Amino acid sequence: MPEPLLRASGLVRYFDVSAPWLNRVLERKPRAVVKAVDGIDFEIGRGETFSLVGESGCGKSTVARLAVGLYRPTRGRIEFDGTDLATVGSRREMLPIRRRLQMIFQDPYASLNPRWRVREIIAEPLRTHRLLSGAALDERVDELLTQVKLDPADGEKYPHEFSGGQRQRISIARALAANPEFLVADEPTSALDVSVQAQILNLMKDLQRDLGLTYLFISHNLAVVSHVSDRVGVMYLGRLVEVGEAREIFRAPRHPYTRLLLDTIPDLKMTRREREPVGGEVPSPIDPPEGCAFHPRCPFANERCRRERPELLAAGKSAVACHAAEEGRL
Amino acid sequence: MSVDSVAAGASGKEAVRRPASKRRWRDSDLWWSFTRSKLTVVSAVVTAVIVVSALLAPVIAPYDPTDLSSLSLLDAMIPPAWEADGSWSHPFGTDDQGRDMLSAILYGARISLVVGAASVVLAMLLGVALGLVAGYFGGWLDTVIMRLADVQLSFPAILIALLIDGVAKTALPRDLQSSAAIAVVIGAIALSYWVHFARTVRGSTLVERGKEYVQAAYVTGVHPLAIMLRHVLPNVLGPVLVIATINLAQAILTEATLSFLGLGVPATQPSLGTLIRIGNNFLFSGEWWIAMFPGATLALLALAVNLLGDWLRDALNPKLR
Repeated sequence: MPEPLLRASGLVRYFDVSAPWLNRVLERKPRAVVKAVDGIDFEIGRGETFSLVGESGCGKSTVARLAVGLYRPTRGRIEFDGTDLATVGSRREMLPIRRRLQMIFQDPYASLNPRWRVREIIAEPLRTHRLLSGAALDERVDELLTQVKLDPADGEKYPHEFSGGQRQRISIARALAANPEFLVADEPTSALDVSVQAQILNLMKDLQRDLGLTYLFISHNLAVVSHVSDRVGVMYLGRLVEVGEAREIFRAPRHPYTRLLLDTIPDLKMTRREREPVGGEVPSPIDPPEGCAFHPRCPFANERCRRERPELLAAGKSAVACHAAEEGRL
Repeated sequence: MSVDSVAAGASGKEAVRRPASKRRWRDSDLWWSFTRSKLTVVSAVVTAVIVVSALLAPVIAPYDPTDLSSLSLLDAMIPPAWEADGSWSHPFGTDDQGRDMLSAILYGARISLVVGAASVVLAMLLGVALGLVAGYFGGWLDTVIMRLADVQLSFPAILIALLIDGVAKTALPRDLQSSAAIAVVIGAIALSYWVHFARTVRGSTLVERGKEYVQAAYVTGVHPLAIMLRHVLPNVLGPVLVIATINLAQAILTEATLSFLGLGVPATQPSLGTLIRIGNNFLFSGEWWIAMFPGATLALLALAVNLLGDWLRDALNPKLR
């Protein structure tokens, strides 16, 4: 495999959610730390789409924010094309990297400045990196609007004049403006109607093919993930439980949690399939269970799962973090 | 700057855009709620009349109250025109030095308005800047700025203005005092009113900073200063406008209070507050007009501006629509 574009190694991000100092002292509350991302490793090769899936609160959005430098890792490294993002000191040194990576956000109503014209919004990356100005800038913005299937005349409007799907197109146009190589998409379709979701996803796939983009795609929607991904990482409580080729994972999921997720997809062809009744909710990331974090919900859990945290081990084409899979108990 | 450069590149579109923005103003909720409230329209008219006549004082005032050579003690204490000894050459009468009250009020309102507006603008600049910085950067900077604001908020604004005014007057050399007096008053009032702006802006900034468009700008690599000024600032200015209007009335009253106490602007450039102070000396000897006319003007101006501020607050609050 050639040098990956993005590599996370031992990536950890904790959030301190303790009560204020006075409350801790007076009410004897302990310090509370959310282990949003608790030691994950993955690589994303050039031109591929790597998806992170998992339930709400599993830390997938935190990974997205770490990947674009919105958060700094508590421990571990996140490398973009060989450069550790945490070691880049000043904003000025970061600028060349910033030009190459961009982000598409979840909420199309909050991700566009309501007081800016669409033209200005899309032109911002070009102005920031001083790539174009004057007539060439206008031309490029028109081209971008056309590329995301909007009308160049829409540039004069304000964001509130557009629907959610159109706003997300504007977001994509802004993200593409400076010709980045790497796009992080944090649930780009979950705020949209189902019919519009497919349009946005197909647009993203077309753009990837035409422009050779690399995607880190975050979603809780497995149908969406299977549609766009080359490789998939399944997250549970801040850890990766299974990583592998998308086709492989959807065809033969190995981790009990991946199986649980796939079982919850309604499937017209397999209406009478036996479903494993795995109940329960995601435990709090402030106080995750000992051993394997999934053991309270896992039908295959034994004594070892309750004590020892499983590591991500290669198994065939995928990698799985599960004692039961390792021991062949599944 | 950015809008201009685009407009330059697409001058054809500009022609189409301008009337649209005018129409948007006519169709806007703000205009609608303005025309609907009679009280607001009256307040706006009263404010406009006072402001315009104060600004045009050198043109419309019958006398120049600052021109000492034109004063004659023979004209002192003439009552208003409709009183027994009054004359229409001095419609609101004259004071103890023979100054025409109408002219003095026009010139006085001018100084009151200038001091009020300048101090509010200064307080706004200071407060908005500090609030933006505190809200955007957070951390120890936020703690320092906001604790300072808390401390200052626990004292009445007039007390702080008195303190600053007193300290500045002692610190300045004597020959500078009268020429710098107005600047000192403006500074003193501004420093006692910035807190309201800072607290409001900090709160809104915290909200806006968490929104994704600010994060998008950060990811793009936009300079933090540009994010604050071009992204956050336009989105937090709504409440600032309301506070500025309401504080304008308060600042005018504070200036009047300072002048009444003899600490404000020098007696050679009387503001409304100074006129009231002078009139106060004669209130019990029957010359009521010297205090009453400047007082009524001040009350009317403060009331009208306050009502405008109240309306603006309600009109801009989406929950009250």
